This record gives sequence, structure tokens and C-alpha cells, in this order.
Amino acid sequence: MTGRELELRSNLYRQKILKYIVGAKAGHTGGSLSCIDILNVLYNYVLNVDPKNFGAADRDRYIQSKGHCVEALFVVLADKGFFPESDLETLCKYKSHYIGHPTRKVHGVEQNTGALGHGLSLSVGTALAAKLDNKPYRVYTLLGDGELPEGSNWEAALTASHYNLDNLCAIIDKNSLQITGSTADVCNTDPIDEKFESFGWEVEHVNGHSISELKQAFDSLPLKKGKPSLIIAHTVKGNGVSFMENQVKWHHGVPDAGQYEEAIKELEQKKAAIL
Amino acid sequence: MGTVVESQVVNGVANLEVFSNTLQELAQRDRDILAVTSDSRGSGKLVPFGQKFPDQIIEIGIAEQNLVGVAAGLASAGKKVFAVSPACFLTARALEQIKNDVAYSDNPVKLIGISAGVSYGALGSTHHSLHDYAVLRAINNMIIVAPADNFETQQAIKQAAELNKPIYLRFGKKPMPLLTNDESNSFQLGKGRVITEGEDIAIIATGEAVLPALQAAEKLKSSHGLNATVVSMHTIKPLDYALLKQVAANTKALLTVEEHSVYGGLGEACASYLLENRYSNPFKIMGIPDEYTVTGSQAEIMNHYGISEAGIIAASLDLLNL
Repeated sequence: MTGRELELRSNLYRQKILKYIVGAKAGHTGGSLSCIDILNVLYNYVLNVDPKNFGAADRDRYIQSKGHCVEALFVVLADKGFFPESDLETLCKYKSHYIGHPTRKVHGVEQNTGALGHGLSLSVGTALAAKLDNKPYRVYTLLGDGELPEGSNWEAALTASHYNLDNLCAIIDKNSLQITGSTADVCNTDPIDEKFESFGWEVEHVNGHSISELKQAFDSLPLKKGKPSLIIAHTVKGNGVSFMENQVKWHHGVPDAGQYEEAIKELEQKKAAIL
Repeated sequence: MGTVVESQVVNGVANLEVFSNTLQELAQRDRDILAVTSDSRGSGKLVPFGQKFPDQIIEIGIAEQNLVGVAAGLASAGKKVFAVSPACFLTARALEQIKNDVAYSDNPVKLIGISAGVSYGALGSTHHSLHDYAVLRAINNMIIVAPADNFETQQAIKQAAELNKPIYLRFGKKPMPLLTNDESNSFQLGKGRVITEGEDIAIIATGEAVLPALQAAEKLKSSHGLNATVVSMHTIKPLDYALLKQVAANTKALLTVEEHSVYGGLGEACASYLLENRYSNPFKIMGIPDEYTVTGSQAEIMNHYGISEAGIIAASLDLLNL
């Protein structure tokens, strides 16, 4: 996909995220909109995964540690052909497999996540298996900046560098907000880069809404041979819908009919500008 | 690759030793066998394993949550992973990883809880695991096993290695003699083993508590003329309901014995089944009461709470109104 095609994909994904959150009357709107460009670039540019052969031993792995932003993942997986998009009409409905966090019952999901601070250890184990088996695949995991105080992340960060896992790439969706307020106020984890560097990681900062910067960062992997890579993606919670941007209430706010219409209208205008 | 090691059914060493020997036997035939440890290779008797198979042991350091998460990631990529850590830390500190990364995600990790129950004796309650059956029983998709002797340990490890499901195996530290020399008395995960049969009382025990149950049964016969059925109920979940129903029907009273809290373990698992199936004979659960234990060695603690030959005899006579 060209850069412009990817831009259009992000726009489309944003509209679908909102559509299915409105349909479910639940969802993590702000975070799904902040990480969607990252997922777009991963699934449409980076990852070697095939819905027709998802069990392939050499496939790249994507593990979403910030599981609550599952709407972004489901929308992308549907677009990639892992399941019919109409399935998402059952999101969070009685007896649906499409619950509010990633589950392996949905084709294309690697691990059941939702409790925070789990994705990095799972990814370290998977990357370690690739090293032991001399397999070429790479493991990607997406963390939220709000989940960094979970101690298990730092345990896993140590193990990743101890075993020189340069086939592991963690991405932090640094939207700087969490359910209570600013991450700096709740539990300040800055400077994230220096912390990970001191744990033996190689770190790069990108604009998490810039398709070109994301592509460039992923093209550079491993950021340094012999070290695990961390991409700190600076993002805006609620990105793409101006009245949601940087507003804590949209952490898991659900738009009403008028707000949904207004959001889609804005996204359509942005789409026209891309075209 | 190390020299060929054949694990044998030995008699009278710690089950942990048998675990380590069996794992070596498996590891030399299958490079996907991995031991993952949390600075626990010494207490897990895995030093020889690490020397012979340095590429098949992964040290995590003292970080149990990460131990289990990494083990789950390895298992999801096709490795046959034995995650080894003291039972007290493994099943408490890493409980959320066990629940989500292993059981819920269905990653077939073999969780090995070492030095379980009150094996650590006077080190105290931080190091005791008297909660592990209870918490793990309430987690879906988890098999719970406490082998009683060296034979059960060897068989359990071999069967667990080929099992594509999450499983927890619990081991103590003390030397354990074979419960029986009857080679036809086989071992199958999920199926309790009847060690002796009698019509007066059924004693259903698990792990290292089976031995005093068996010793008590012998004394009940020689000193009191009573015939006891003793079951090694090594698999606590899924429980062998068919065997439980059978021994309950063929005896006059039922006693359960375990090195675990009386809450939530083997005893309550049996009790709920029996009550729901209209069992009305005398019944008692023997285990550690709801308290932080008295200080002492493992044997002293077990004796203190009656999980001993004398305690089991006394409880049996009481149940039979003798």
C-alpha cells in the first residue's frame, strides 16, 4: 500500500471503530483512535500474517498488551479477511465471541489479553522460542503508557535484554492519558526512553499518527543488533475526532447519535482532503 | 547433548529428584522440552539438567509473574515448557498470569510447584502453599496433580509432557517410598489409584499425605481389625468422581487427607460431590486449619495438625464411633 492508501485506511478504520462502539454501546474509544495508525501500518505494511494460514509457524506475532483497545484490532482483522466484518455487529452482545478484549476465539488473535502488564512477558517468551528454533519471525507487542506501572513489564524488559531479543519490538502508544487523568499525574513513568535504555533496550521516538515515521521505524528493526527495540509512538487520545482529542472522558466514552454523526462528518472531510 | 539418562522407578528419594531425572530423560529425546526457572534450579533439583542441557533451561531470575508469562509465550510457539518455582510463589504471585496467560489463553504450560505444602517447615507461612489447590480449582482449564510417590511422579511428568493442556504439578521435598509394589497398579492422570481395599472406611489422600494414610490403614488392620480403602487421589482436578462414588458406596465412612488448607482443596472437592449425590455416612476433611501454622519442621507441622499415622487412626476411629 502507498502512503496515501494507508492514510485512507486509517480514516476508514476510525469510522468503523466508532460505528461498532456505537453499535455495542461500549468500547475504549480514545485509545482505539490513538493506536489505530500503528495497527494500520503493522497489518498493512509490516506483519507477515495470512488469514488463510494463520497457524504458520514462521508468521510474525502481534500481541496486544493494551487489550482494552480491542475495537481497533477487530476492525483491522476484519479488513484483513480474518472474519466477516458483519461479525462485529455482535460486539459485546450476548453470546458473541467478540468481547471487549482480545480473545483467541476470534480468528487472528494471538493471545487473550485484557489484564494489563501481560503482553510483554508473552512476547518475550514467543521471541525467545524464535531464537531457540532459529526462526525468522519477529514479535510485536503494543503497550499503553498507562499500563507501564505494572511491575511485570519491567521484569519482562529485563529478560528481553538479558537474552538479546532483537527479534522483539515493543510499541508504546503514548497518548499520555488514562482513565483517571494524565499519566504524569497518576504515576509518572517519564522519561520512558531512559528507563528502557537503562534496561538494555534501543529506543526510538515517532509521531504515532505519521504513517511515514511509523514505516521508517519498523523498517529500521532491529533498532540495534542484539537489543530489543522500543518504539515510543507519541499519540493523541481520540485522534481524528477533534472533540474527543485529549479528553479523558473519551477513554471509554460512547458517542450518542449526534456525536457519532458529527465525528463521521469530520472524518469524511479529512478523507476528502486525503483524496 | 549430554549422556543418555534413563530415569528409573526408584524407591525412596524425593519426588523432586524423580521429576528432574524424568525431565532429563525427556529432554534428550525432545529438544522442545524446556525447563524455565526463577533462580530455582537448585531447589528444583535441576542443576544436573542445566549442566546436561544448557540450551533447554531458561533462567528468568526471581520474577515469578514474568516466569509464567514467558513460559506461556514459549508454549504458544510450540515448546513443551516446565515452569518451575516454589509452589508458594508460583501460585500466588503469578496467579493472574496462570489464570490469563496459561489457562484462559490455553497455552499448555506445565506449572511445577516445588517444595509445596509445608515442605519449607520453619521458614514459615510466606513459604507455605496451603492455598494452591483452592485457587487453581476455581480456574477453568487447569489440571491439578499431586503425585504421592516416585512412580506416580515419573508417570505424571511423562504424561504431562505429552499433554497439550495447562497442568499444575505439586511436589514436596521429602523422600517418598513406593506406595505399592504391584506393577499392575498403573497411573493415569485423572484416575485415582486404589492402594488398598477394605469395607470399613475410605481414606482418600493426595500427595505426600497418602503415605501416612497408608500407614494408618495398616495399623487400623493390625491393631483394630479394621479394613480401610486407601486411594491416592493424585489428580485433584478433574476429580475421579467414578472412583469416589465407588469407594463411598463400598465403605461406612470417608476421610480425606491433604497437606493443604481444609478450605477449597481435595476434601471440599469430595464433599461437594458426595453431598450433591446424597451421601450420608460420616465424613471428615483432614488438612491444615484456617490459621498460620505452628512453627516446626514439615513433619512436626503435619503431626501437630494430625496429618500423621496417629492422627489419621484417631480420626478414623472417631468417624466409626469406635
